[in-house]
Amino acid sequence: MKPIKIVKLDTSINFLSKTKLFVSLSLIFIIASIFLLFSRGLNFGIDFNGGTLIEVQKISGNADVSEMRVRLGQLDLGNIQLQEFGKKTDLLIRVEQLSDEEGAQQAIIAKISEVVVVDYEIRRIEVVGPKVSAELIKKGIIAVISAVISVLIYIWFRFEWQFGIGAICALVHDIIITIGVFSLLQLEFNLSIIAALLTIVGYSLNDTVVIYDRIREELRKYKKMPIMELINQALNLTLSRTLMTSITTLLALFSLYLFGGEVIKGFTFAMIWGVLIGTYSSIFIASPILIGLNIKRDWSKKNEE
Amino acid sequence: MLYFSKFKSISILLICLLGVIFAFPNVLSQTTLNNLPKIIPHKQINLGLDLRGGSHLLVEVQSSVRASERMDDLYDEIRIELRRNKILLSDISQSNNQLKITLSDDGFKGDLLDIIESLSQNVRGQLGTGQLVDELNIVEQIDGSILVSMTEEAESDLLRRSVDQSIEIIRRRIDELGTKEPTIQRQGDSRILIQVPGLDDPKRLKDLLGTTAKMTFHLIDPFYDGGNVSRSSMQLKHANNESTYVVERRSIIGGENLVDAQPGFDSQTNQPIVNFRFDGQGSRKFGKITTDNVGKLFAIVLDNEVISAPIINEPILGGSGMISGSFTVQEANDLAILLRAGALPAPLVILEERTVGPGLGADSIKSGQIASILGLLLVLIYMFASYGRFGIYSNISLLINLSLIVAVLSILQATLTLPGIAGIILTIGMAVDANVLIFERIREEISNNKSVINAIDNGYKRARTTILDANITTFIAAIILFQLGSGPIKGFSITLAIGIVTSVFTAFTLTRFLVAMWIKRSNPKEINI
Repeated sequence: MKPIKIVKLDTSINFLSKTKLFVSLSLIFIIASIFLLFSRGLNFGIDFNGGTLIEVQKISGNADVSEMRVRLGQLDLGNIQLQEFGKKTDLLIRVEQLSDEEGAQQAIIAKISEVVVVDYEIRRIEVVGPKVSAELIKKGIIAVISAVISVLIYIWFRFEWQFGIGAICALVHDIIITIGVFSLLQLEFNLSIIAALLTIVGYSLNDTVVIYDRIREELRKYKKMPIMELINQALNLTLSRTLMTSITTLLALFSLYLFGGEVIKGFTFAMIWGVLIGTYSSIFIASPILIGLNIKRDWSKKNEE
Repeated sequence: MLYFSKFKSISILLICLLGVIFAFPNVLSQTTLNNLPKIIPHKQINLGLDLRGGSHLLVEVQSSVRASERMDDLYDEIRIELRRNKILLSDISQSNNQLKITLSDDGFKGDLLDIIESLSQNVRGQLGTGQLVDELNIVEQIDGSILVSMTEEAESDLLRRSVDQSIEIIRRRIDELGTKEPTIQRQGDSRILIQVPGLDDPKRLKDLLGTTAKMTFHLIDPFYDGGNVSRSSMQLKHANNESTYVVERRSIIGGENLVDAQPGFDSQTNQPIVNFRFDGQGSRKFGKITTDNVGKLFAIVLDNEVISAPIINEPILGGSGMISGSFTVQEANDLAILLRAGALPAPLVILEERTVGPGLGADSIKSGQIASILGLLLVLIYMFASYGRFGIYSNISLLINLSLIVAVLSILQATLTLPGIAGIILTIGMAVDANVLIFERIREEISNNKSVINAIDNGYKRARTTILDANITTFIAAIILFQLGSGPIKGFSITLAIGIVTSVFTAFTLTRFLVAMWIKRSNPKEINI
């Protein structure tokens, strides 16, 4: 049996010919994302906003959203969001945080469970008070920023500063556009999305580093080749690997998205999106940036194997 | 790159074998596991609360309540001492845990300072130094008044002691629930993290934690005539109905004198009750007071609510009694637990709760399993289709890689959460990356007309730095994620980090070893990759 090759060995795509198009496209997306972030904002989950979340399952038969809305409406608990959750039997009840008083939400849970337990089973309760949600926001921001900075330092250390800049541009690009998508679709943004963002940081960088490694190697080999041609060649040589790894990762992620349960769907969605955009950015953003940054041509002086 | 010394070959195979052996207990049920000989590892992965069901509660000890209690006491003590020394007070007031005292005659200020000084207790200073520090800050104001407040050391000492005692009391209360392996840990200065797996009724846990359970006995104020409540009395509500009681502020005896409390039934009415017993000192005190007050009412007060106000029919000398307060069986049971475990030094407030019912946990495990198996199968098939024989070698590595992850998780007794499963599935997809890099390199070398051995050799050599660079960056992200670490996220970062290490290991050793063995065995002139 002949192995399948998704990319022929003599493939030679001119990735850099459309650089202007892709960079402007990405810039538009970034600007749109930032605009969305300020105009529409993010649909923060209780991790960052505080509040109460209760998942219930109808003991027999299907859940009835409108009937439940009436039932909960009588409790006079302010703004309650109600939605079906994954299955027809499951409902997700979300109650906004009304006061700044810690522990006040426990009374809300007691009231809701009282009217719900008659014919529903309580599957999950999550409560985040004002103190903890404020801390989680802080921790999340610190985590993302420190991840970006520490990989920047690593790349700088291993390559040259130009590569560090290129990698960071790609990373910031991925993070901002991913956040933009969450704002556009108003998907719930919670702690697990931060985890996904950090994993995207890792994945996208992984991709970028593989290409950069190849560019560096080609720089050593062909000291006189024009830089455009050289980067193009490196991109073509790594293209098969880039696609292979993206596909295997996506295969795993899609099975997780479809069968892994409702609770981690948001996380998996962010990851799938991140793999796609990470792959795109390492080819069309991280690599062309090097051209503009005047990278060192002669690598023979150090690191010669 | 294709030569393996005997020692190296054996080490590689041994590590893989150990991985399989240590991962093995996880596919067995607990009962089969118990029947196996001791020599086989028994450790299974620790399932997180989101998979096995249970409650995660982050509570804060409200020690400011205790500080304010202390200032109340001080307020009383200073007044008594001043009266005893016949010093006239112009004004004394308390706000924000600070006392402001003004004397009528400033000439006695020295005496007042002496009194406050004598009431100030020594507290332990910063942890470790063992130094004793003053409890009270005494400041003389320009207008002649004196401000008294707790020193910073005293406040942090109070907080420290309150948290220590709370942890102890919480542990006793939760142990009474009969759950397995609760985790009760201090978090930061004022917080306690409580994790209780497998609870049927999380509300009951919260009720037990939410009650301070400070029990006191008070005599009902005999002089109260329905008008103003006198200074030495206070008005309290009944816990279960609308009636109010006016009781003497001073308690005659408190919960600290209790030695036992058990739920039971009233022999006459068959109502659930709580039987209690005092220690020696408490028995004598209780005996004397009941002897002096036969025919009067007294109130049993729990956390500032009257739960029962019986009449003293006869002196109670044996030191034991019962509380009947129209309880349900469980309420009587829980009250007994609370009284036995003792009162919390300060109220607890729940800052964060994450409770997962057993049904959802089981469902999550099931969907996690389906998703992993499907993802794994897809990747295995795809790798085989892409690289043929080399794909098979990489697939063997991937399977060993998975058992290594499971083995490391079992040995470290790390907690596997739902995001942790996601981390494993993600690793399945990403673990093949190292092999992909190598195989692509080999393809390239072959197309450059290198001999098979040279091509493979170069493939491994050239891909090495790339693989390291690429994986270290992801590893850094995983470490930072771990630092961010709230429960489930931590689980994800652990599996991700372990997966990175094991996948690099298997790609460089096992796959390479399998390839080398094949080359040695059949010395192929050309390869199909």
